[in-house]
Amino acid sequence: MAVSGAAALAAPALARAAPAPATLLNVSYDPTRELYKDYNALFAADWLRRTGQSVHINQSHDGSGKQARAVVDGLAADVVTLALAYDIDQIAARGLIAPNWQSRLPFNSSPYTSTIVFLVRKGNPKRIHDWLDLVKPGVQIVTPNPKTSGGARWAYLAALAFARRHNGGDENRGLGFVRGVYKNVPVLDTGSRGATTTFVQRGIGDVLLGWENEALLAIDEAGPGKLEVVRPSMSILAEPPVSVVDKVVDKKGVRPLATAYLRGLYSEAAQDLAARRHYRPRSATVAARYVAKFPPLDLVSIASFGGWGRAQARHFADGGSFDKIYQPR
Amino acid sequence: MVALAPTAGPPSAPWREPSALPGFSLAFGFTLFYLGLMVVLPLAALAAKPWEHGVAGFFEVVTAPRTLAALRLSFLAAAAAAAANVALGLLTAWVLSRYDFPGRRIADALVDLPFALPTAVAGIALAALYGPNGWIGEALAHLGVKVAYTPLGVFVALLAVGLPFVVRTLQPVLEDLDAAWEEAAVTLGAGRWTIFARIIAPVLAPALIAGFALAFARGAGEYGSVIFIAGNMPMVSEIAPLVIVTKLEGYDYAGAAAVGVAMVVISMVALAVTNGAQIALARRTRR
Repeated sequence: MAVSGAAALAAPALARAAPAPATLLNVSYDPTRELYKDYNALFAADWLRRTGQSVHINQSHDGSGKQARAVVDGLAADVVTLALAYDIDQIAARGLIAPNWQSRLPFNSSPYTSTIVFLVRKGNPKRIHDWLDLVKPGVQIVTPNPKTSGGARWAYLAALAFARRHNGGDENRGLGFVRGVYKNVPVLDTGSRGATTTFVQRGIGDVLLGWENEALLAIDEAGPGKLEVVRPSMSILAEPPVSVVDKVVDKKGVRPLATAYLRGLYSEAAQDLAARRHYRPRSATVAARYVAKFPPLDLVSIASFGGWGRAQARHFADGGSFDKIYQPR
Repeated sequence: MVALAPTAGPPSAPWREPSALPGFSLAFGFTLFYLGLMVVLPLAALAAKPWEHGVAGFFEVVTAPRTLAALRLSFLAAAAAAAANVALGLLTAWVLSRYDFPGRRIADALVDLPFALPTAVAGIALAALYGPNGWIGEALAHLGVKVAYTPLGVFVALLAVGLPFVVRTLQPVLEDLDAAWEEAAVTLGAGRWTIFARIIAPVLAPALIAGFALAFARGAGEYGSVIFIAGNMPMVSEIAPLVIVTKLEGYDYAGAAAVGVAMVVISMVALAVTNGAQIALARRTRR
């Protein structure tokens, strides 16, 4: 920056030369790898065309909670694109991101969404069509551990949302149903991708409970006629949010670039990319094009659980409702 | 350490064997510094962490049923796998050092593979093999034995990870064991069993214990290869390192460190016991 300023003073004719190349680090969670590979290329080309600056975006992927901790511990992420708001809240709680981060971008700072669905084997041999079918005797469910996986937390809350409604809004009776679901889980993987591997490659279980984007990807990978998606009567609106990391972008002086990078996720082209990579787009026009791929569902939001802070404390913290399932009685 | 420092300088220190090689002070200082940096400092940082909620908070975490179940699984599975590896590793080391057969060098190199393999790769391979649709897992399923996604899976993973520790500790000792001793014993009329019990076993015992200790310590802390095959069910097949990771996932640094400290203490006690056994054995052999 200082160099280009000096050049502008010394030789005005050179001021219009290309600015120094910039780099961004996008710290994200596991299943977004392919999406951001595509989007980074799209954004870099667009940015170069608009500003003349070439930009290289590095991406890092791992479990959402682990990535948030890495940023807290000093990983210099310019932007974070994680699985749930709770993880970004944790970074904000340590002063790296402004407390109001989720209201800075449209749609709760979540440019794409997903939901929790069932993935079953060809022909749906156990006839699993809705949540109640999960607690039938002899049904084995594969889903990751909510304590270590963001997607699994969404899945747990989706089951609870159904059970609450099924029990006339009684959350405690709803938790009894959720307990029944997890009693049918023979393997708790630590992350979503691990659970998919257990279900698809190892052949464990009758139904995989997890991200819609992961289920659609698994169908792509397995080839036609091996797996089917079952969408239950209701589920949860999973909003994977994004934010710039204020402390880092201000120090590096890349706030305009980082902000443009995240805003670009809401563009029609990026929304189309997201839809192709199995995320539900926010844009109504793009959603209309993909309505067959993403049929409208009855979805409840995290707000119905009092937000992530309350949901985390009540269900996933040590001694929370999830731990109680496995406590010896 | 501090008490020793003033006497460390002069070469006439009574506790030091005279040596022809110069540079003792420098080497000694570096050793202390390096051990401090690599071992003592991280352990001290760990030991400082778990007291956020006081001593009571520490014990609450460590004595929670789920933590206890995980610690029990990690250390028992590590002990069982290390014991099995002592027997199997002795056989392997014996064959590799006593017999010459085609492909011996290849077999010898294969022993090191678990060292070189990233543990996650070993875990995925084992899960694929022992899973219900894997080669071995499918056969065992007919016999009603489930390995993958049970505590038995933890044992199998630790068996694979621990083998080279035992073999590589035993091999040099076996190779140094002079066949003349055994030949002398034969001329004196000793049977095979007597030779093994009176000549080979006493020489091997310290190395067997050292191999056991190495395999045990490694197994207790093993994470990468185990989580893929364990099933990770709380109270059943959840290992202690996974409890640590789970607590970190919940931003519970103090709780994670508490379980870490508990693991270090148990490991140190176990190593002290095996070292004690080694010293006692060495004394008996010398007699």
